[in-house]
Amino acid sequence: MTAHFVGAYKAFAANGASGAPPWLQEMREQAIARFAEVGFPTTRLEQWRFTNVQPISETPFELQRATWEIDPAPAGVSVSTLSSAVATAPDFVRAHIGRYADVATNPFTALSTAFLADGVVIRVAARAVVPDPIRVRCRIPQTARPMTHPRLLVVVEREAQVKIVEAYEGETEGVSLTNSVTEVVLEEGAQLDLCREQREGAHSNHVAASHFHQARDSRLVFTTVALGAGLVRHDIHAVLDGSGAYLILNGLSVLGGHQHVDHHTTIEHAKPHCESHEYFNGVFDGDSRGVFNGRIIVRPGAQRTDSKQTNNNLLLSHSARADSQPQLEIYADDVKCTHGSTVGPLDPTALFYLRSRGLGAEEARGLLTYGFGAEILDRIAVPGARQRLDSEIRSRLGVPEMAGSAA
Amino acid sequence: MNPLLEIKDLHATVDGNEILKGVNLTVRTGEVHAIMGPNGSGKSTLAQLLAGHPAYTVTSGSVKFDGKDLFDLDPEERAREGLFLAFQYPVTIRGITNSYFLRSAVNAIRKHKGLPELDPLDFLQVLEDKLKAIGWDDSFMNRAVNEGFSGGEKKRNEILQLAVLEPRLAVLDETDSGLDIDALKTVAEAVNALRSKDRSFVVVTHYQRLLNYIVPDFVHVLAEGRIVRSGGKELALTLEEKGYAGAGVGA
Repeated sequence: MTAHFVGAYKAFAANGASGAPPWLQEMREQAIARFAEVGFPTTRLEQWRFTNVQPISETPFELQRATWEIDPAPAGVSVSTLSSAVATAPDFVRAHIGRYADVATNPFTALSTAFLADGVVIRVAARAVVPDPIRVRCRIPQTARPMTHPRLLVVVEREAQVKIVEAYEGETEGVSLTNSVTEVVLEEGAQLDLCREQREGAHSNHVAASHFHQARDSRLVFTTVALGAGLVRHDIHAVLDGSGAYLILNGLSVLGGHQHVDHHTTIEHAKPHCESHEYFNGVFDGDSRGVFNGRIIVRPGAQRTDSKQTNNNLLLSHSARADSQPQLEIYADDVKCTHGSTVGPLDPTALFYLRSRGLGAEEARGLLTYGFGAEILDRIAVPGARQRLDSEIRSRLGVPEMAGSAA
Repeated sequence: MNPLLEIKDLHATVDGNEILKGVNLTVRTGEVHAIMGPNGSGKSTLAQLLAGHPAYTVTSGSVKFDGKDLFDLDPEERAREGLFLAFQYPVTIRGITNSYFLRSAVNAIRKHKGLPELDPLDFLQVLEDKLKAIGWDDSFMNRAVNEGFSGGEKKRNEILQLAVLEPRLAVLDETDSGLDIDALKTVAEAVNALRSKDRSFVVVTHYQRLLNYIVPDFVHVLAEGRIVRSGGKELALTLEEKGYAGAGVGA
């Protein structure tokens, strides 16, 4: 059903989108041409082996715009819609958008770029230090079979410090497709704490690509928490492109029912003396399914790379399933790379340990399960986000707060 | 007065193999008993079975704890009644801080006793007093339970839990294993500080060394699933000199 999507593009290009500058029209044309050529990925492709997007390809989605809710921009930060940024700062947008999110490698990114119009651009001025987090909420419209392509571009200029929350939310219980692309650029010495929250309905499809490009001495802590949607596929690609760059990739999925989440991460150490730590945890109940593919590439010359990856999956039911695949590609000789993954039920010895201290069996199970999530949430440095997600995960797992306050 | 712990002709299996073959032991309030024995004698089985480890099946015999049938109680009920096991291999609990874990445990036990639960500030006060009493600081309280702890730190953490939970009977399962002499002394001093006329200890160990620092009232030798010799603290020295075989125990 590639034709339906190409048809939707033609309608889009013919009306509302026709006022775009020629460079943008050209970018869209190239993207749709790429999508028309390759179509939707099938499970025959290694990268899509565990995630079947055929139901997406066979649904006649209708193009919609998301509703964005954005906090007022603090001093040193400009936040604008993509269309106004294209009008007021075309050179800036053109320099970054689509530069990192490659239409050739991911058909969904090609689709997103073909429909490029609906988005938000955040630019943090050099040396700005922004204490309060900036929250961007993208809401899916409650129409029949909505398809949105939300796009977020974040540029943190040199030595600026900022915290951002990107949230994707939808109240609709019907079928929907959210195809989001986020591109983040950290200039020299820039620091960003970015927290991504996703809470969409049980029949929604959430496909996402996050691209991070880090210059020297920049620091990024990215946390993504998947609680909602029926099908989630999230590709994360980080390039540490200047020495001294530091990255934490932190992910948590808490799923049940028939939910499916697939995280494909790639961390590219392109320059020496960079450090990356990747922690992905998943808690899977019911018939849910988790996929983690973590690829680490150390480019020739990227000596003194320090990279650590862990992926821990907790299966709470017999029919839940998780697959974990680390992939290390190391082309330098003086590096430190470690990885480890676990898949399994709650540890009976740990359960006994907690019970032997007086905790009831249910309480002990709840605490051990919650610990899988808390371990990830503890690394969130964005005020508000940590507490919000903590209480959502507690309520999802039925773990009450202790009298007084949290851990 | 009833003995605090009364084990009679206890038989137990793991995976169908009989490990305990008729253990008898009586511990009164305030007494410290050491259980020694060669590897595979059933020492750790006995310790873990008392706390309710699910891997062991009791096939016959009885254990009374303060007059109650121990096997009628789930592991958490045993803990709430005042039985504590210091694990030989303490478990890592990811994502849960030591202070949160300890407060959960204290509150579970307080609830059972009909006492109000402690809020974080009350708990901090209790904790500070306990830490001070056993001469430790609070540097491990905000780390996940036993995560990245050294062997000695894990054992210390068990004794800290003992101090905070204030059990009536503490079973120490090879608390000395893997400790160097300095760590052993520190842990033993902490245990000694917790000895009282209202608290009993069962100290399970393979080595006499620990008993130089935690001096027991009674020493028992467990071999092939039975207690084969009992005596005072001097029995430990005999074993040290002559070995288990020399003391008439099949090693």
